Amino acid sequence: MALLNSKTKAVLLGPLNKNNPVIVQVLGICSALAVTSKLEPSVVMTIAVVVVAGFGNVVISMLRNTIPNRIRIIVQLVVVAALVTIVSEVLKAYLYDVNKQLSVFVGLIVTNCILMGRLEAFALGNGPWPSFLDGVGNGLGYGWILIVVGFFRELLGSGTLFDIPVIPQALYDIGYENNGLMILPPMAMIVIAGIIWVHRYRDKELQEETN
Amino acid sequence: MKTEKNTYTIIYASIMVLLVALGLSFTHQALSEKQKKNVEIDKMQQILRSLKIDAPTDKAQTIYNDLISDAYLIDIESGTKKETSSGTQPTDSAFVVNVTNREGFPIYEAEIDGDKKYILPMNGKGLWGPIWGYLAIDSNGSTVYGVDFGHDSETPGLGAEITTENFRDQFEGKELFKDGEFKSIAVVKKGKSVSNRDYVDGISGGTITSKGVDAMLYDSVGDYENFLKNLTVSK
Repeated sequence: MALLNSKTKAVLLGPLNKNNPVIVQVLGICSALAVTSKLEPSVVMTIAVVVVAGFGNVVISMLRNTIPNRIRIIVQLVVVAALVTIVSEVLKAYLYDVNKQLSVFVGLIVTNCILMGRLEAFALGNGPWPSFLDGVGNGLGYGWILIVVGFFRELLGSGTLFDIPVIPQALYDIGYENNGLMILPPMAMIVIAGIIWVHRYRDKELQEETN
Repeated sequence: MKTEKNTYTIIYASIMVLLVALGLSFTHQALSEKQKKNVEIDKMQQILRSLKIDAPTDKAQTIYNDLISDAYLIDIESGTKKETSSGTQPTDSAFVVNVTNREGFPIYEAEIDGDKKYILPMNGKGLWGPIWGYLAIDSNGSTVYGVDFGHDSETPGLGAEITTENFRDQFEGKELFKDGEFKSIAVVKKGKSVSNRDYVDGISGGTITSKGVDAMLYDSVGDYENFLKNLTVSK
């Protein structure tokens, strides 16, 4: 049995493009604005969300036939919260410096609508393996937007990438200045809007009919 | 399976919560030793940074043990050392005392190039949350040797810039006392100046954090005024 047939492939790759949680479904915007002022926290946040979304989906998928319907949201929340706590504890023990940067945002993964959305919409009705792929796919779909936004905001806002200066001094000498506005959340909104614009421009299917 | 019954729901929820609680407390137990170590090393790195030493995580403890010759609490009224509190280990009172609640006032002593440096902790408020730092002072009790700042949640690129070397390096060589009077060091808007006390440029775009640093220096170092005066007098 192949690990990826055409259906599971669509489950994994769909969220990266046509079904992207951030730029098509417009979910998880809050943390996308908050953690993307630099590239490094964006990358760590991506990894954390991929892990939590992937395993959260697997756990819920395995329990899906036993979960009482009336408390299913609570069960999902408990599973996600437990996973997030574990990720946060592991970060504190092994990646202490990065954990300091992400501070509250790791904890806030619990309230990320993408996670709850995938648990409710996918994991409750599918087996563990497709659910895992769906979680990883959505985590990555969320993550690549974060990384692109983080790239532009750090480059234009601080003139660095991963805290390494990349804008040559010569440019500053002739009057170039870092744009402090890029570091503030509103500019993340504008960068994301820019990505949505380019994305829709390239993909006719996503364009809404106008009267 | 009948999953709609009340008893089933209650039992399901109870077992789930119990299992999760067990799992989480186990994870915490397993990792807490390592986390505690990380926090200790982080603190040592901060103290070392105030001495202008950037210690990598794996070497911080060795360098710290080599360099810090004494650590103790002081009595802020008389400005003298409490002899019983002396000890440099992470388990000793100067290291574990809660400075945020003003439960004690530690001093760490280090010797660099034959001159004694006194390091004191600082605490204050930034824009979004607490800020803190360590200030290393020369043996004359007034000249700043180096400083380190930390923050919980200041805006990256703006207030958070207080941790950068560019900002910290400005403090080097500044005097805390003028004509025997404690003046602290002012943090002012770039281009502005103040008379009869030393000052550094604040962070543009991080005005409230800069003001927080200014207040923190005044308040936290102010607690040590008598101790520092004793140093000045004894020289």
